[in-house]
Amino acid sequence: MYDPTVARLTYRALLGRRRALILSALPALLIVLAVAVRALSGADDQVAADLLGGFALATMVPIIGVIAGTGAIGPEIDDGSVVYLLAKPVKRPTIICTKLIVAIAVTMAFSAIPTLLAGLILNGNGQQIAVAYTVAALVASIAYAAMFLLLGTITRHAVVFGLVYALVWEALFGSLVEGARTLSVQQWALAVAQKVTDGDLVTSDVGLPTAVILLTVVTAGATWFAGQKLRTLKLAGEE
Amino acid sequence: MAVEQHGAQAPALAGEHPARAGEQSRIHNIGYRSYDGPRLGRAYARRSLYSQSLRGAYGLGRSAKSKVLPMLLFAVMCVPAAIMVAVAVATQANDLPVKYTDYAVIMQAVISLYVASQAPQSVSRDLRFKTVPLYFSRPIETADYVRAKFAALTSALFVLTAVPLVVLYVGALLAELDFTDQTKGFAQGLVSVALLSLLFAGIGLVISAITPRRGFGIAAVIAVLTISYGAVSVVQAIADVQSSTGAVPWLGLFSPITLIDGVQTAFLGATSAFPGGHGPSSGQGVVYLLFVLGLIAGSYGLLMRRYRKVGL
Repeated sequence: MYDPTVARLTYRALLGRRRALILSALPALLIVLAVAVRALSGADDQVAADLLGGFALATMVPIIGVIAGTGAIGPEIDDGSVVYLLAKPVKRPTIICTKLIVAIAVTMAFSAIPTLLAGLILNGNGQQIAVAYTVAALVASIAYAAMFLLLGTITRHAVVFGLVYALVWEALFGSLVEGARTLSVQQWALAVAQKVTDGDLVTSDVGLPTAVILLTVVTAGATWFAGQKLRTLKLAGEE
Repeated sequence: MAVEQHGAQAPALAGEHPARAGEQSRIHNIGYRSYDGPRLGRAYARRSLYSQSLRGAYGLGRSAKSKVLPMLLFAVMCVPAAIMVAVAVATQANDLPVKYTDYAVIMQAVISLYVASQAPQSVSRDLRFKTVPLYFSRPIETADYVRAKFAALTSALFVLTAVPLVVLYVGALLAELDFTDQTKGFAQGLVSVALLSLLFAGIGLVISAITPRRGFGIAAVIAVLTISYGAVSVVQAIADVQSSTGAVPWLGLFSPITLIDGVQTAFLGATSAFPGGHGPSSGQGVVYLLFVLGLIAGSYGLLMRRYRKVGL
């Protein structure tokens, strides 16, 4: 289920040339912000939880997930070069799995590590806050990468729809409508993080069993469906 | 057959007329004429580019699929205004639930998504399919292309942000609210969204003119618009809690939507959405205004630089 050549090509598509630099702009901003906040207000658990929850997990992780998830397959489908890949004797589900693994790895590297660093800078992992949000970022990376990879195979406007989900559904509706939070990757990841750290500052609106089941179903379902989608891929012309 | 004939004729031809080959191939006059109608010229080309780009920003003249997103975002912008108006008319309220100037700030996520989706489609595809050199083979120049694209996206954004205000205004008049009050608020709102349209269009175009990849452009624009807002509002909230309220207005200089918020708070009678309502004073407002105008001029300059040499 893993093809090293496909993986190498995907890594190069995601991180090649100057793209790694652009991707690391967001994590760099988070670190700068953490340093500034620490200097401004000193070590404060609540502030640390607000910054990591409000900025790192709610904004940065989904955006990196969108870029890595859709970027792993979207551009290839867009410019039609995916046919050269599909023409090779590699199973389509294998292609999806490989691209998913790469997307997850990239999302984790660019979201979880900076979250941990920012947490350590903010309050030196007091009350396990840094670890909790790092776990949440790791868990969320998997689900986001799978979802957005699926979007990349379904539509040419994957980035827009991914951002609509991340920014409008999770951030806007999630804060207004109680029920929308049950269907939010962010809350599922927080449920796992809550269990891992037993803290009071990291809370989720979703119970742990629900969260784990939904996470597994979404990740596995999205991956399977993306594989199916790739088997019957139709290359549309430029609109 | 052909070979035989040729072979038989060849010596005779060579003997009689050495120049016969030239007579065999001749240019027939098939009626080509030079164009002597009116030349529509540079201004016409610029106007066409403007109107095509403006139509394209709402998917008009493009496939049905590409109409979905801009129209959907346009509807999402207008529906809350219509609901507010309906509520105001039904309940005989004395005032609209939101001020004209607040509307764009509340709906900023939708506006950002619109810029992010339409700015790259306006310029990135020209770069990717290398059509920019074709534009410049017409009698337009870099400045015309940049101005047409800039103006088109600004107009599209202005339509997106001003139509809900018109809905609010008409509704307010139908609900028989105070005419002078509403007109003043409406005018202030229009000035503010005009500034917002210019600023957002400039930022969106500069970012998406860098990359020929549409998807990457979208992500980059949205990242710049929302991440900067997220970062600024987090730091502002913390500064507010730490009771260093003097820093709150200065921090607002670092993201586009807080810049607009600051300008309209200082000059257009808006209520600031900053944490604790600590909007900028008039003096700080001047700095805000200079920042906004500087950013608009700067993005125009950067676009001119970007298109000075393209695709060669």
